Amino acid sequence: MNMNYTAEELAFRDEVRAFLDEKLPADIAAKVKGFRRLSKEDHQRWQKILSAQGWYAPHWPEEHGGVKWTPVQKHIWDEESSRYGAPKSIPFGVSMVAPVIIRFGSEAQKQQYLPRILNGEDWWCQGYSEPGAGSDLASLKTRAVRDGDHYIVNGQKTWTTLGQHANMIFCLVRTNTEVKPQEGISFLLIDMNTPGITVRPIITLDGEHEVNEVFFEDVKVPVENLVGEEDKGWTYAKYLLTYERTGLAGIGMSKAALSHLKQLAARCIKNGRPLIEDAVFSQRIAKVEIDLMAAGISNLRIIASVEGGGVPGAESSMLKVRGTEIRQAINDLARRAIGPYAIPFVEEELKLDYDGEFLSDKDAAPLSALYFNNRKLSIFGGSNEIQKNIVSKMILGL
Amino acid sequence: MDFRLNEEQQMLQDTVARLVRGEYSFEKRLEFSASELGFSAGFWQQLSELGLTAVPFAEELGGFGGGGVEVQSVMTELGRGLCLEPYLQSVILGGGLLSQAGNASQHEAWLGGVASGELKVAVALQEPQSYYDLNDVATRAEKSADGYLLNGRKAVVIGGHCADLIIVSARTSGDSRDAAGISLFAVNPDSAGVERRNYPTIDGFKGCDITLNNVQVSADALLGSEGDAAAVIEYQTGRAIAALCAEAVGVMEVACELTLDYLKQRKQFGVPIGKFQVLQHRMVDMMSELEQARSMAILAASVADGEQSDERRQILAAAKNVIGRAGQFISEAGIQSHGGIGMTWEYNFAHYAKRLVMINHQLGDDDFHLAHYASRLQAS
Repeated sequence: MNMNYTAEELAFRDEVRAFLDEKLPADIAAKVKGFRRLSKEDHQRWQKILSAQGWYAPHWPEEHGGVKWTPVQKHIWDEESSRYGAPKSIPFGVSMVAPVIIRFGSEAQKQQYLPRILNGEDWWCQGYSEPGAGSDLASLKTRAVRDGDHYIVNGQKTWTTLGQHANMIFCLVRTNTEVKPQEGISFLLIDMNTPGITVRPIITLDGEHEVNEVFFEDVKVPVENLVGEEDKGWTYAKYLLTYERTGLAGIGMSKAALSHLKQLAARCIKNGRPLIEDAVFSQRIAKVEIDLMAAGISNLRIIASVEGGGVPGAESSMLKVRGTEIRQAINDLARRAIGPYAIPFVEEELKLDYDGEFLSDKDAAPLSALYFNNRKLSIFGGSNEIQKNIVSKMILGL
Repeated sequence: MDFRLNEEQQMLQDTVARLVRGEYSFEKRLEFSASELGFSAGFWQQLSELGLTAVPFAEELGGFGGGGVEVQSVMTELGRGLCLEPYLQSVILGGGLLSQAGNASQHEAWLGGVASGELKVAVALQEPQSYYDLNDVATRAEKSADGYLLNGRKAVVIGGHCADLIIVSARTSGDSRDAAGISLFAVNPDSAGVERRNYPTIDGFKGCDITLNNVQVSADALLGSEGDAAAVIEYQTGRAIAALCAEAVGVMEVACELTLDYLKQRKQFGVPIGKFQVLQHRMVDMMSELEQARSMAILAASVADGEQSDERRQILAAAKNVIGRAGQFISEAGIQSHGGIGMTWEYNFAHYAKRLVMINHQLGDDDFHLAHYASRLQAS
């Protein structure tokens, strides 16, 4: 049993810290730490800095531009970059479609798409969920019908995160209606500028435009944009979902949010004393900090178990559930910490260049919206109920 | 033992219910919320014409001397519609403070207007440092030749953006957080030195923070005797807590109805998702939270207008604690049961969810009331 980093890992951590100290733009870090909105340009700026360092796609094979980080190194990166307030990379290109292309795509697809993901030319979004296919993803209805050297795509995708910025979408489409639902699905790469595609915003309860509906009406997609074999898309989709789940525990982000919460609670006043000294509130913080400590070790145990290669199993589903619950609990406490000031929604204070007087604490403005927005954590990436189904089936054999 | 409303109370509740159903569609509410006023002047007018703004006031003011149960009947229905009008702020809390603390000439000057809805009152009791403790008053009122000079800052005054009269708590003596030495003043918001910073709230209302900078008020702006307002504030916020609990029950009812409908209609894996046991049990938990909340709202209403006592204090603290916890549970569980659709602006559930969580931030959250309740626990 050894829970310490090796000398090499410690040296790597120093290297990561030196890089973040030097290269992470202060304005972007301030937005992330203060839970402000990031623009498309913010994401792109950081993406280019990471690419220049060769760290944008560390999990890719070296021949495509990866750096062969070990799971522990990847973990060190997650921890440190979250702590510094570096934006999480938008996963749809680099962490979702790219592993599928690398594993199942054609040589031509690798040549065409991977460099464009690395250099930020393409912004990908995900076409999985449909109005009638959420938890029951395999029931998806968007049709792709072969017509010569094209597929003709008709249907609708929904909850498409940041689809308004994307120029590419990877889609699960139905190519065969004669077989079991899982067996008639294909994985298509679609240019968002193709005629027949319409993107409509979905405004969430916090007034944010983060997700979209994407409509397809007789959209012509070249057959060479099919990944792997026709009707085998479900296999690729499941492979991708495993990748998605591993990042969703968000331990690094929870640690950053907890640190933010403690600083906030030290500034908020109750009974003339800092809120963090309040008997009840300090215990609430302590409880979530302890839960996070445990989840952090669980995360390390999973990382250590895949150190020799491979992807995590159903254990990552358990961690997704606990990790998202912890982050939501931290968001809940941050909203509680500001007391009556949870009620005003002062949108102008969400802007980083706001130079007026703050209504209350400088970090208060986004906190209620953040709490409501992050209710999504237990819904997306496979709802927590679906994750528990996976655990009970795959681990417990129930 | 009979928990049913009497005929008159039932008629009252039905009247409000009909009005809300007719005038307060979800789409209209979004429009009212986005307007400059932040609520419907027309609906407020209708509440007035039907005598509903006068419910808690005496007959000579056009009211029918309604107590906790009558107020509960009105507030539950306003909650079902997520109504934005300043009923709680102006009629219940503002009217209550004016009634209890005011003298005959102050009653004459203002109460008729409050009861008819023509005069909208907002109540400024919180401050930036006060958290939920209404005795934590740093705003100062100093005696001047013509009355008092007010200086300080009041926080999160719901309805303050459009109020015709603002009731402000200020310290005439004592140290901050002392119960003794707090006084109430009726302030005209157009007075020199009153600065309002208006904002929308996350749950669709409007409010403001108020800076008082050498605001001169006359001696007859003082409500009640100088330095003795803490007890009045405690009593009237107790009435407001009971009313807010009733509103919360209305919000919870609709949140539960919407979720139940969704569980029956939404199909995944070839069946309505309500066939899945994990969702059934969560729905049952939501309903039992609602029933716990309803019971406490009824209990709170029964003591709202009674004499002040430790029993009344405990019941109101307990009620607000239960409502706060139940509201957040129903909000979160309801969103989770809906999935993504429960988080969208276009679907009404999300707005009910937001209101429920924000009710916990009004008049003290569950932790605040739990601590107060615990501080008065008796060994037997």
